[in-house]
Amino acid sequence: MAKIHVTTTINGEPTEFLCEPQQTLLDVLRDELRLTGSKEGCGTGDCGACSVTFDGRLICSCLALGAEAEGHEIETIEGMAEGENLHPLQQKFLEHAALQCGVCTPGILIAAKALLEKNPDPSESEVRYWLAGNLCRCTGYDKIIRAVLECAADMRGA
Amino acid sequence: MASENQELKWIGTSPVRPDGTDKVTGRAKFGADLMLPGMLTGKILRSPHAHAKIKSIDTSKAEALPGVKAVVSAADIAEMPSEWVPAGELQLNYRDLASNIMARGKALYDGHAVAAVAATSAAIADAALDLIAVDYEVLPHVIDVEEAMAPDAPVLHEDMFTEGVTPTPDKPSNIFKEIDIGIGDVETGFAAADLIVERSFKTAPVHQGYIEPHAAVASFAEDGQAELWCSTQGHFTARAYCAKLLGMDVSDLRVTASEIGGGFGGKTTVYVEPVALLLSRKAGRPVRVVMTRDEVFRASGPTSGAANWVKIGVTNDGKIVAGEAVLKYQAGAFPGSPVQPGCMCAFAPYDIENVKVKGYDVVTNRPKVAAYRAPGAPIAEHAVESVLDEVAKKLGMDPIELRQKNAAREGTNAAYGPKFGPIGYAETLAAAKAHPHYSAPLGPNQGRGVASGFWFNVGGDSCATMNVSEDGTLVLATGSPDIGGSRASMAIMAAETLGIDVADVRPIVADTASLGYTFLTGGSRVTFATGMAVIEASKQIAEELRQRAAKIWDISVDAVVWEDGYAKPAGANAGDFEPLSIGDIAAQAGKTGGPISANAALNAQGAGPGFGTHICDVEVDPETGRVTVLRYTAIQDCGKAIHKAYVEGQIQGGAAQGIGWALNEEYIYDEKGRLDNPGFLDYRIPVASDLPMIEAVIVEVANPTHPYGVRGVGEVPIIPPMATVANAIEGAIGVRMTELPMSPPKVLAALDNGR
Repeated sequence: MAKIHVTTTINGEPTEFLCEPQQTLLDVLRDELRLTGSKEGCGTGDCGACSVTFDGRLICSCLALGAEAEGHEIETIEGMAEGENLHPLQQKFLEHAALQCGVCTPGILIAAKALLEKNPDPSESEVRYWLAGNLCRCTGYDKIIRAVLECAADMRGA
Repeated sequence: MASENQELKWIGTSPVRPDGTDKVTGRAKFGADLMLPGMLTGKILRSPHAHAKIKSIDTSKAEALPGVKAVVSAADIAEMPSEWVPAGELQLNYRDLASNIMARGKALYDGHAVAAVAATSAAIADAALDLIAVDYEVLPHVIDVEEAMAPDAPVLHEDMFTEGVTPTPDKPSNIFKEIDIGIGDVETGFAAADLIVERSFKTAPVHQGYIEPHAAVASFAEDGQAELWCSTQGHFTARAYCAKLLGMDVSDLRVTASEIGGGFGGKTTVYVEPVALLLSRKAGRPVRVVMTRDEVFRASGPTSGAANWVKIGVTNDGKIVAGEAVLKYQAGAFPGSPVQPGCMCAFAPYDIENVKVKGYDVVTNRPKVAAYRAPGAPIAEHAVESVLDEVAKKLGMDPIELRQKNAAREGTNAAYGPKFGPIGYAETLAAAKAHPHYSAPLGPNQGRGVASGFWFNVGGDSCATMNVSEDGTLVLATGSPDIGGSRASMAIMAAETLGIDVADVRPIVADTASLGYTFLTGGSRVTFATGMAVIEASKQIAEELRQRAAKIWDISVDAVVWEDGYAKPAGANAGDFEPLSIGDIAAQAGKTGGPISANAALNAQGAGPGFGTHICDVEVDPETGRVTVLRYTAIQDCGKAIHKAYVEGQIQGGAAQGIGWALNEEYIYDEKGRLDNPGFLDYRIPVASDLPMIEAVIVEVANPTHPYGVRGVGEVPIIPPMATVANAIEGAIGVRMTELPMSPPKVLAALDNGR
């Protein structure tokens, strides 16, 4: 089967790739572009480990096709830090020990960033419901929620 | 050198973990993240039947498909004799392991691996699986543990004659083993009781639920040496298992542990690792095998489901005079459930003169169980802690007070054998009673529960190598995969012992060719056992630094002390020379004897038992039966918290898993014995909106065998939640729930029956 040529923007970089029609965006990111920061925990949109933004909207990249990226802007965990500077959420996760094994962390960071862009002053419940699609089996979420809330407060103050 | 008597500089703090930046930027490489040139995709064909004879496997069409480079089945693994070896807290049998990796003769559960292919693309590998023709003869199956024990149950293994009974039965059955432990005489004990409460319980099999599926990349060379990269809790044990299954010399296999995306015991054995190796050997190219989530649920883990019965007798003043239990654990398709530790833990928190526990290890047509955080203990202690709650209510006694009256203390003879050394159970109970949570007011439909848990914690083989770099920074290598921040705790213990900055210690997880044998990350052993190796290596370095300083100053080594990160002249020479830092000495290492390096290899004995006590408030919706956890406090004796935030994290995470076990999680089978919910949508682990904040309270009663008092943390916190939540629900609705999970339909039914 002929491969599809896709022209897109990933983390601000103009990017071209070839993909098979059935390849998911996650497959393309990981296997074709070697951006392995997005993880496959389920492949069915239930765990959120593959979270990316698609034109600024939070999606599970396992539920989008690679070919759908044509002409759109994708942001992944690899684009979250700016040069040597970690995003405030990344920094706050480190300070709060808001990760243990770290495999859900990229997806949770992407999701939390999308939340704070939409709602800079979320309540604890709003953070919990926004992140309900991002499974973490290690932390019990406590330190994750605290990190997001504190980061939001810092960013509002800054 | 720092000792426990000195003020601690790093221990008990929470520095940013050394591997943290890699994990928040997506740089960290997990099992599925490695790609090698020419790498093939491996996929596994799995049985759609719960129990079936494999009459034939025809792989010829798959092999003929362009792009397919290798096909393997059980025929590619040599038959193994039955041989048990340690695997975490459990035992593993090589014959069964081989048959679990690839079904031999019979498929024993839905999802049992039957064959595997390696192909140039995932799509070709999938197509090849469809071309493999397996001729099955479907056999009757059995899922439930008590049905599997019935005399007319379908038998999984014709050569299984129950061990632990005399005489050995002459008919095969699904009961692999019976276990009896106890002390005293329960008949006498119960005769002296003023109140006896007994109950039967059922717990569901639950999966460890790590977010990262099993993944391995194998690369075989023509000379028979191979490299393996995999997500594992123990790359040395993975090496041992794989070398055995493939008939390799152990040293010909070099295993690198990838970053591990959760394990909780489930990655203490091997599944895809030997398959990747077999395929790579046959194809002559690197092969990556990654499980799908469906495969993870159907073919790895979980822990046992069980049917338990507990009877407790007390006097009117609350003294427990006898405890008896019967524990029936399903092991999955091959023997080896955690019923033995379950039997040992059941009454371990209590000082009881008369205890009798009987355990059954039972095979069923489900995936072979794997270790899951304190394997066996939560299942048994759920029953005991539920009955204790009922006893307290019937006596009109506060449930913490009942536990305090009977708590094991230093010197108590545990029913499972040993006499306890210093332990902190009573301290956790006192902390629970004093916590504001315990006396906070409750609203309508709300209830409060409390329960406790015990786990042994283990030690074992560990190595640590420490190399001082030319600038005085250190590389610290251990063989313990870092599952939740252990690099940070290793760096802290090294820095504390040497009196240097924690940022000057660079901890790594070394591969199997670069370090001596280190047992797996499990049993809450890493901070204790590998920590002891790290401290030992640090002490060797400090000693070497003293010797180097003595050479530089040309004085006797006895006149040099290592203090606060500096070599200082002491005694008669005190003040004669400027103190030398590790960097000063490292810069001159070439002139004073060469590189400064240390290696510690030990078998850590004397792990300190761990105890925890949890408090939980729930609200039950009388219309739907939904249980909401409103507030949760988890108190635990950790001996000594090395990295405080990661100790809290272990406690919080274990409690959350226990809440999932209590309320949501279960394996659901259809009438054909096929798993109905092999995905995170239908097997619902707790999500962020299901939980409140979980307050972790650390109690520290030092373990005297560890230089800083460490006991181990990871496992205890999953033990109390099931009974804690059940006791809270009882408080809210006045009905005792005896079956897990306590999901809305069950709670609703209990409400209807109780009304």
